[in-house]
Amino acid sequence: MKKSCTVCARELSAYFNSPVAYIVIVVYLLICGWFFSANLFFDQQATLRGFFNLAPLMFIFFAPAISMGLLAEEQRRGTVEILFTYPVTTTAVLGGKYAAALVLLSLAILLTFPYVVTISVLGHPDLGALFTGYFGLLLMGAVYLAIGLWASTMVKSQLSAFILGFLVSFSLFMLDKFQAWVPRPFNRLVGFLSIENHFKAMSRGVVDTRDLVYYGSMILFFLAWSLYLVQRRKWRG
Amino acid sequence: MIEVTSLTKRFPHQLAVDNISFAVPRGQILGLLGPNGAGKSTTMKMMTGYLAPTSGRITIAGHDVLTDSLAVRRSLGYLPENNPLYDEMNVLDHLMFAVRMRDIPALEVRDRLRRVITVCGLEGVLEKNAGELSKGYRQRLGLAQAIIHDPPVLILDEPTSGLDPNQIREIRELIRRLGEEKTLILSTHILPEVQSTCDRILIMNRGRLVADGSPAELTAQASGTEIIVVKLRGAVADAAATLAGLPGVEKAEDLAVDEPGVTAVRVQSRGDAGHDLREAVYAAVRRQDWPLLELYRQRLSLEDVFKQLTLGEAEPAAEARRVA
Repeated sequence: MKKSCTVCARELSAYFNSPVAYIVIVVYLLICGWFFSANLFFDQQATLRGFFNLAPLMFIFFAPAISMGLLAEEQRRGTVEILFTYPVTTTAVLGGKYAAALVLLSLAILLTFPYVVTISVLGHPDLGALFTGYFGLLLMGAVYLAIGLWASTMVKSQLSAFILGFLVSFSLFMLDKFQAWVPRPFNRLVGFLSIENHFKAMSRGVVDTRDLVYYGSMILFFLAWSLYLVQRRKWRG
Repeated sequence: MIEVTSLTKRFPHQLAVDNISFAVPRGQILGLLGPNGAGKSTTMKMMTGYLAPTSGRITIAGHDVLTDSLAVRRSLGYLPENNPLYDEMNVLDHLMFAVRMRDIPALEVRDRLRRVITVCGLEGVLEKNAGELSKGYRQRLGLAQAIIHDPPVLILDEPTSGLDPNQIREIRELIRRLGEEKTLILSTHILPEVQSTCDRILIMNRGRLVADGSPAELTAQASGTEIIVVKLRGAVADAAATLAGLPGVEKAEDLAVDEPGVTAVRVQSRGDAGHDLREAVYAAVRRQDWPLLELYRQRLSLEDVFKQLTLGEAEPAAEARRVA
């Protein structure tokens, strides 16, 4: 646990010592800001609906950008060899790296807090729904980051990790759009796997255990797969 | 201290390490020598637990590398090939990261840091990013990371590759000092390196262990036969034939030399080592009253041994050079 924190801290300082963190956060806030102000000024509505509608799509780009380097970069430089010959378990290293990505994403999400203040002053938003919406956003981001981490262990370059992470996240996002064409028996499965279906309810203030189970199991699934990939490398070389 | 038993590593398209076994006692400096692709790095990676062997077993300080990996890693310092570092992280942060990953007790951190910084000569560059360091300093930082927890066993993969001669000398000096108290394994394809720093040499070729011994032993073992060269003034027609008749001589033959009016004969002893033919050859020359210009025993250098073992060359090229 202590070493996970060490790995996490190193990863965070790497984010903030390079342009990655700043670019991700600034671009994220610019786009969010645009959709929020469109709601506010053009539609004259004190709501975060536009922001919440857009978030799932935006995370498809930002999460892989945050997580693409986590292992691919260590692999390219060769620092993996030092990292994994420290007396530390693979789980602790991956946990620390995943946590760092999560912290960066949470920071980006938290920085949209002024929107909440603004609409609270101008109108009477449903604070409960806002809270669950943010919570859903974090969980969804966590799923995308787990996919991104998996992509970063899967391939050896950051760029391919980004593309792979993006493709998998995007497929997950698109699933419900194809639901109508899927034959009967798989129809419900596809609906369940779609990430947006689970987020929509939460952004309206409904917290369903099925959604939580979905997010939790997706995160665990991709983290476990990453762990397997890293450990398999030891045997394969 | 280190025991390697029937170690084999098979990659999908290549047998990288082919059933090698050796043991390293405490305090030894072992040089792993071989051409590129001989399996040195793979062997070292398996010793650190970074790669798992296909079969065979490695124990370090009594712990099995596979089943007791964390304990092994605790007693090990490792400098990987090409010395990978985080370029955007400064020297002190690198060391602090190593300190934290190695669970060095908080009370000792200051002392440990001070010690490795002095030993590796990093005083002036603590605030510099690794990406800005010269190759020599990068290497020192890599070593500092590897020894910060004062491990009993050090594994260094090509610690001097890419350095200039002065830096090589410095790093070599550092390695020798570290080797005084630690069991140390280093790999290289530079011969003078093992000759000057190692107590023992293992030569690998195509995944196999082809030689094992001290630098002196290896030279002696591979040279087995003794070679003496005699140079005489004038054309001495029967010199070779006369010398071939001496006891213990396998054959004697004329050597071509550039010097005009000089006869050179190469005398080769029989297979049994430990023969010193110099005196007998000299006595024969004196009996014949030949004008002797030169008489010397030729030693095979480690380089010749290395070539013999890894290329399968029978006759060392160095000889021709020396005679010419």
